[in-house]
Amino acid sequence: MQQELRELYQQVILDHNKAPRNFRKIENPTNYAEGYNPLCGDNVTVYLLIDENNIIQDISFQGSGCAISKASASLMTSILKGKTVEEAEKLFNKFHDLVTDKLGDNFSVDEFGKLAVFAGVREFPARVKCASLAWHTMLNALHNKNEKVVTE
Amino acid sequence: MSVRTDAALPSVNTVYDVNRIREDFPILKQIVHGKPLVYLDNAATTQKPLQVLKELEKYYYTMNANIHRGVHALSQEATEAYEGSRIKIKKFINALGKNEIIFTRGTTESINLVAQSYGRKNFSEGDEVIITHMEHHSNIVPWQMICEERKAKLRVIPIDENGELVFEEFEKMLNKKTKFVSVVYASNSLGTVNPVKKIIDLAHSFNVPVLIDAAQAVNHLKIDVQELDCDFLAFSGHKLYGPTGIGILYGKVNHLDSMPPYQGGGDMISKVTFEKTLYNELPYKFEAGTPNIAGAIGLGAAIDYVEKIGIENIARHENNLLEYATEKISELKGLRIIGTSKNKISVLSFVLENVHPHDVGTFLDFEGVAIRTGHHCTQPIMDRYGIPATSRASFGMYNTFDEIDVLVNGLKKILEVFG
Ligand SMILES: Cc1ncc(COP(=O)(O)O)c(C=O)c1O
Repeated sequence: MQQELRELYQQVILDHNKAPRNFRKIENPTNYAEGYNPLCGDNVTVYLLIDENNIIQDISFQGSGCAISKASASLMTSILKGKTVEEAEKLFNKFHDLVTDKLGDNFSVDEFGKLAVFAGVREFPARVKCASLAWHTMLNALHNKNEKVVTE
Repeated sequence: MSVRTDAALPSVNTVYDVNRIREDFPILKQIVHGKPLVYLDNAATTQKPLQVLKELEKYYYTMNANIHRGVHALSQEATEAYEGSRIKIKKFINALGKNEIIFTRGTTESINLVAQSYGRKNFSEGDEVIITHMEHHSNIVPWQMICEERKAKLRVIPIDENGELVFEEFEKMLNKKTKFVSVVYASNSLGTVNPVKKIIDLAHSFNVPVLIDAAQAVNHLKIDVQELDCDFLAFSGHKLYGPTGIGILYGKVNHLDSMPPYQGGGDMISKVTFEKTLYNELPYKFEAGTPNIAGAIGLGAAIDYVEKIGIENIARHENNLLEYATEKISELKGLRIIGTSKNKISVLSFVLENVHPHDVGTFLDFEGVAIRTGHHCTQPIMDRYGIPATSRASFGMYNTFDEIDVLVNGLKKILEVFG
């Protein structure tokens, strides 16, 4: 596999694609939203259970999509569990800056942890939407906007 | 996929020299991600041969002028070339007269023209328009728009698991309220070639006119509008090895004559006062404004090129490619072909178990292979099969068996990575 392709499809991404975490529905979510990418037909629903202290007690997703979008949703849900709503919003911005290449190479892998695997997406403008769909949908869910997110 | 039955192929003994043809398409020599380009996205758009590019260049270098309006030499030359193209197209589809050939921007505009002009005039509340489940969005949305406006009802002929029309359902659907039938000749995402002659004959027995979306058929099947007896036929230049931004609407004179103009402006009039405007004769009534002159001339050159090679020869070559690719690809584990009609154009849609088409597209791109992934502007088909998208390889006159091997090897690599 070529270098760029290997960076896009890192083992972590392939693993999460094969065995996505938190791939289920939450029966009584406090928040949820649907996202859709008409270009490739990807769709995702993100469910959240947020307690009175604004802490994300549980988060899950369902839907269909490519490896990038599935792995992104899977990693996102793993990372956000236990975080506060405010922290989730901050992470959204950071993730967005990462995949849209706003940070260039000036990001520390430590800071991003597992999310750093999505740095490879920067080389693939056509795939940025795949990586960010779940995140946009999560943000909408936080704001309890249940209308569909459409990324194009 | 043996030799098709609907287009009787004369036995041509000339050897099909694909390498010679490839020489005419300089773009095919490109290197993509370090690999030779394998262009298998011909259903989206075909590449253009030098013969077309040179004609475009010649037009802008030596002829550029507005048409139908100048007495000067350039204008006359440009008009002659533009109208010359119209005659080529008339012959290419065997229309009765050149006044039945209208230049448009493409298939989409051709269909919108008929929906907006014929539809607005002739549809009223309770009327029915029939399309099929395998239409491109451009043969769905214009009808939805006009049906909503006129309070008419859009009805859809279903397809079966192979991607073929359920003809009996069409027979049941036709009735006194049916005002129009619009069907795709060959499906861009399934490859299915529809029995359009049968559809036209049956619709005519109810006095219902038929539009044929021939966008995917013109580059593969010999089209004779008189023999088909279709009322309208639409296609795009860019899928026929010609330029983008130019297309054709064929219409029978009696329909076109009775239809109101689609757009108003210059060229479509014969006399304008503020009280009243007299419309120009056919086909100019439907060609308001300065058209895509270079595009029309380029399309003429593309037709010359296709006819020189012979559409039957192209079809035979493409059928062989499809047969080979279908066989090879079927050996891959977890691969399912979407669209398994016996009668297909050279379009091969498929899904891989556990690998999303978008990932397939990105991987193949790194092998130099250009295919299309997505819903191909046919979302109802995706819903019919319960899939979000497919990967689609589509073959043109310049593709080779070696290129199919590159595709299949690329798919094997993907299966290793995702397996
Ligand atoms: C079957 C079919 N109909 C209509 C169209 C629309 O053609 P255009 O975009 O050139 O107007 C296409 C192009 O993808 C097609 O494949």
